[in-house]
Amino acid sequence: MYLYDSYDQAMVDARVEEFRDQAQRRLEGRITEEQFRPLRLMNGLYLQLHAYMLRVAIPYGTLNSRQMHMLADIADKYDRGYGHFTTRQNIQYNWIKLEETADLLADLASVEMHAIQTSGNCIRNISSDHFAGAAADELVDPRPYAELLRQWSSFHPEFSFLPRKFKIAVIASDTDRAAMRLHDIGIQIVKNDAGELGAAFYVGGGMGRTPMIAPMIREFVPLDQLVTYSEACLRVYNRYGRRDNKYKARIKILVHELGKNEYTRQVEEEFKHLLDQGVEPPLAELERLKPFFADPDFVDGPKTADRSDPDFALWVERNTHRHKHDSYVSAVISLKPVAGIPGDASSEQMHLMADLAKAYSFDEMRVMHTQNVVLPHVRIADLHALWTKLEAAGLGSPNLDTIEDIIACPGLDYCSLANARSIPLAQRISTRFAEKGKTEQLGELKLKISGCINACGHHHAGHIGILGVDKKGTENYQLLLGGSEAEDTALGKITGRGFDEDGVIDAIETVTDIYLDKREDGERFLDTYRRIGMDPFKEALYD
Amino acid sequence: MKILTGNDLKTGEVIWWDGKGWSRYVDDAVDVGERGDEILAREDAARRVNSGYAIEATKQDGGVRPAHIKDRVRALGPTVRPDLTLKPADPEAGNWVI
Repeated sequence: MYLYDSYDQAMVDARVEEFRDQAQRRLEGRITEEQFRPLRLMNGLYLQLHAYMLRVAIPYGTLNSRQMHMLADIADKYDRGYGHFTTRQNIQYNWIKLEETADLLADLASVEMHAIQTSGNCIRNISSDHFAGAAADELVDPRPYAELLRQWSSFHPEFSFLPRKFKIAVIASDTDRAAMRLHDIGIQIVKNDAGELGAAFYVGGGMGRTPMIAPMIREFVPLDQLVTYSEACLRVYNRYGRRDNKYKARIKILVHELGKNEYTRQVEEEFKHLLDQGVEPPLAELERLKPFFADPDFVDGPKTADRSDPDFALWVERNTHRHKHDSYVSAVISLKPVAGIPGDASSEQMHLMADLAKAYSFDEMRVMHTQNVVLPHVRIADLHALWTKLEAAGLGSPNLDTIEDIIACPGLDYCSLANARSIPLAQRISTRFAEKGKTEQLGELKLKISGCINACGHHHAGHIGILGVDKKGTENYQLLLGGSEAEDTALGKITGRGFDEDGVIDAIETVTDIYLDKREDGERFLDTYRRIGMDPFKEALYD
Repeated sequence: MKILTGNDLKTGEVIWWDGKGWSRYVDDAVDVGERGDEILAREDAARRVNSGYAIEATKQDGGVRPAHIKDRVRALGPTVRPDLTLKPADPEAGNWVI
């Protein structure tokens, strides 16, 4: 993984001291909250329902055991013993004190981490495939490209005050595990007919109140023009994106209103102008980054594990992913125990994950946008020992991509923007399906819950999505079907009128029963929905 | 009744105006009538509250109940972590929010 050089460290250290001064001035009354607010947001510090909340950047979700141990220590020292892994592959702390934040940031900086650009109208943490560098199906490891873009976008003076926040994802396989087309810019590393690597650019996707799937605006950008083309995309947005209405300020609105062709024309014109302006770092810089992501020293070993223990066999079946080396797998640590809070991990669990990464995965972890954690390189020979330790710590739930593996935003339990609670629904749904023994029967079923229209819980992209709304002061939930954030990206459609909390949980069971009744061999919920359409589900829900 | 709430500037804790100062407990909140803006301006200037605002509430069974669910969640704590609420010994406390 990427390691800071002296410039990186100096920048992050300087930012800590700058924030220390800003916070002190606020505490002494030398600046107002109105003046301080944008400064704290630039450092990831929000004021939420119960306290300050700090969002820490985990670039493309990659971290090592030293960093995870520090995240656990921070949870104990500055928070209440836990953290929340987010859909942007980051971690959030919910109970932070302003007077301690600078010290917290200094502790983060000591392990090459920070909270810069995790809020505000700037380029946010760049996300990627959580199996990057390990997946059998990837063309190359996308992380050097993500890192190049991270360095380009960090403290970029021109893009620090964009019309709105800006999210980029980079992948390098045809299987999309990063919701790439639901980003402001989605980049897929591809190979052209001449065998050269380049980047396909998808621009103008996103969720929120106006969900859109990003159209491809260019099939192939040579890798020595990757940054320049990104800059051109941003420049057109920065110039013409709407600043008069925050609800129409994302790039998806600009691309939609201009039309893909006109937006692309303007980007190409800007790109042409930029090509001789020296924006692009030399390819040598990309080559310098690649060794940070070199394969660890894999060794040959057993290709299969003894699956005579049915519980272990189920976990292997559900929670491991095929690795490019046939003696290894990527193992997913589920942060979705039945009735648990999706994405939450205690400091003890974080310490354990760090220890297990050190022991079994070349000291590396990945945070998934689905709020789980991956050990990317686990020897098949070590799987049983790993699983045994995870089980003992409540981290061995065999439920990846099942109805128990729910994405849920913090919702009204923590978030000041939310209209309804998300987490209690996730807890009750996972409990109901686990108790009825239906989880395995249903197979792959991605359920995503947002507590408001901002869609942090990705409800638009759930095979089943739930959106919490405020109905005359009470919580109400709309149900959506048919979304997908994978390579077959689709936006879910609302079934009809909303439900109260009990009603929406019953409704989930109703639609899954329809699926079980109607499915044909090998069909996932999403496949059946696409084949039979919305009507049978609506009839069951409302007639 | 109209009551005042906000967050403690230093700690971020949810606080309620009790007539003399700020309390962690919504039951201590007092009706400020039309004096809300004046009190908030003074307390904000003194840096005793951050992002303060006035809300509607009712007095019920000896307690104060904010009109909106969001403020009831603020008053109690996260319903999904009873141990972190102001009533950690009462696992059913979250029902008050709904």
